[in-house]
Amino acid sequence: MAVQTPTRDQTGTPDAERRARPPGNGKPFTEKWGGLFFVAPFGVLFAFFLLWPTFSGLWNSFFNTSLAGVKQEFLGLQNWRDMFGDPAVWDSLKNTLVFTAMSTPPLVIIALVMALLANRKGLLGWLLRFSYFAPFVLPATVVTLIWVWIYQPGFGLVNGLLTAGGFAEIDWLNDENRAMLAVVITTVWWTVGFNFLLYLAALQGIPDQVYEAAAIDGANGRQKLFRITLPLMSRTTGLIVVLQLVASLKIFDQIYLMTDGGPNYATRPIIQYIYESGFTSYRIGYASAISYMFFVVIVIVSVAQFKLFSSRKEAGR
Amino acid sequence: MTTLALPRATKPNKAGGPVEPRFTYPKVAIAVGAVLLAILWLVPLLWAIDTSLKPEPETTRTPITWLPTAPSAEAYRLVLDQGSILRWFLNSTIVAVLVTALTLLVSVLAAYGFSRTTFPGRRVLFGLLIAGILVPPQVLIVPLFQEMTSLGLVDTYWGVVLPQVVAPVMVFVLKKFFDGVSRDYEDAARVDGATRLRIVWSVMVPMSRPILVAVGIFTFIGAWNNFLWPFIVTTDPSMMTIPVGLANVQGSYGLRYAQIMASAVLGGLPLLVVYALFQRHVVRGVGDAGIKG
Repeated sequence: MAVQTPTRDQTGTPDAERRARPPGNGKPFTEKWGGLFFVAPFGVLFAFFLLWPTFSGLWNSFFNTSLAGVKQEFLGLQNWRDMFGDPAVWDSLKNTLVFTAMSTPPLVIIALVMALLANRKGLLGWLLRFSYFAPFVLPATVVTLIWVWIYQPGFGLVNGLLTAGGFAEIDWLNDENRAMLAVVITTVWWTVGFNFLLYLAALQGIPDQVYEAAAIDGANGRQKLFRITLPLMSRTTGLIVVLQLVASLKIFDQIYLMTDGGPNYATRPIIQYIYESGFTSYRIGYASAISYMFFVVIVIVSVAQFKLFSSRKEAGR
Repeated sequence: MTTLALPRATKPNKAGGPVEPRFTYPKVAIAVGAVLLAILWLVPLLWAIDTSLKPEPETTRTPITWLPTAPSAEAYRLVLDQGSILRWFLNSTIVAVLVTALTLLVSVLAAYGFSRTTFPGRRVLFGLLIAGILVPPQVLIVPLFQEMTSLGLVDTYWGVVLPQVVAPVMVFVLKKFFDGVSRDYEDAARVDGATRLRIVWSVMVPMSRPILVAVGIFTFIGAWNNFLWPFIVTTDPSMMTIPVGLANVQGSYGLRYAQIMASAVLGGLPLLVVYALFQRHVVRGVGDAGIKG
């Protein structure tokens, strides 16, 4: 990945800009504020649809608000106290973490294997890249319709194969101990393609000379893989793990569509509980408090990973 | 941007080292493994297409049957006749096109503003933008729905579209890209009297076409596939997008699996075609935007 290097650094910007225009010709107002107009359209939308709900959510969490938003009763920290004493919050948070722990390793490892396999030119390379990434472009609903059908007891594909092979069939989505696994398998199939492309881009960024030099030194294929390719992939792996952890924590669509959080809430993720608190029980303030707690979890994970990642990057240099 | 790998397996390398043979057992084994994995990854899609072409009674036969005895498009006809899927297609197209166009427009302008101009408060705003990347849209569903209710945007296209246009990460990616574009062209254009808006359109946009294509494709895929927000903000079936509308299909068709799979295939086909056509851009875009962003 040969990246164009910036010709001038950030601090050099204003001087360079001023020098570039004829002297004494500047209009002070547009010169000073003109840039704001470029940022303004995005800024307005950002303020309306990101900043405002972020703060109104926090505000709501201190009130007893219904979805209609008419009657507000100040509760102070009551919603927050309720939340910490609500086993459903902890169960759904646990389900989210279990899903993240189960889905992240295969989503990273299989992606790496795919990238190593598909890093080739020609028609075969194209077909491999198409097959590995194709599921990623499907909507969640299409994915879950297909997989609910595949997991169907009796005449679904998986159980059909199991019974044909003489095994007992499994009611994947209605078995408390298997439902999460079923969702994880579906998720890996669906989303591994994105990580695969990240790895593929990194692989294609390794200069050929590195391998040529290794070949001269008599390195065989396995040595090239373990001594060159994989070590050079470690930064990319760090990045992918961070992105994947955060993405997995946000699990909702597949679970909601495949199991509706069941059986017996065994797969209900935290976002589904937020959704149910807000839109089924109409407890806006309470849903907001849980949202914020979850938001904090996401930020902690992101920042911790970022710290870890950047310090390791420095150490590795 | 991408330095393409030269074909290296066949020719002797420059330094005169050993020539690698074209076919060896490990190489063939790797290729076979790669193909098997690809087939495994395609099986669910093929099974869905297979089911959709079966006459209804054949779908629930045990032991399971592989190919339909007499392939028929009956399921597709029934699904299309019912009409709502065409409406959802229209809605998804409108939403995805609007989201993509608006996201590119406001993000390019903002990225240029952050990359090339100075104004009081620029650093603070950029800090807010970075903080915004950390906010998962999922935690905003409740207050955002309240906001949409008071703005009267529930069950409207704008209600579905506008929150999706706010993509701080896209602004960040574009800003970093613009930072790397040489200023010489811009300075030249300025000497010729071009306004800054003109520079964005005639200099920055053409110079960053690959990354804009990548951002555009990913925004389009994301908007077309987005489930949670359209699911929350639309209640009227005639305003639903494909992913939301299809969520109710299981209930409305009962257990007619051929029809369910036909609607799944129809729902997935447009983006599979888009992806097949633009694969090169998608792969390169992830490299350019994903790694750096």
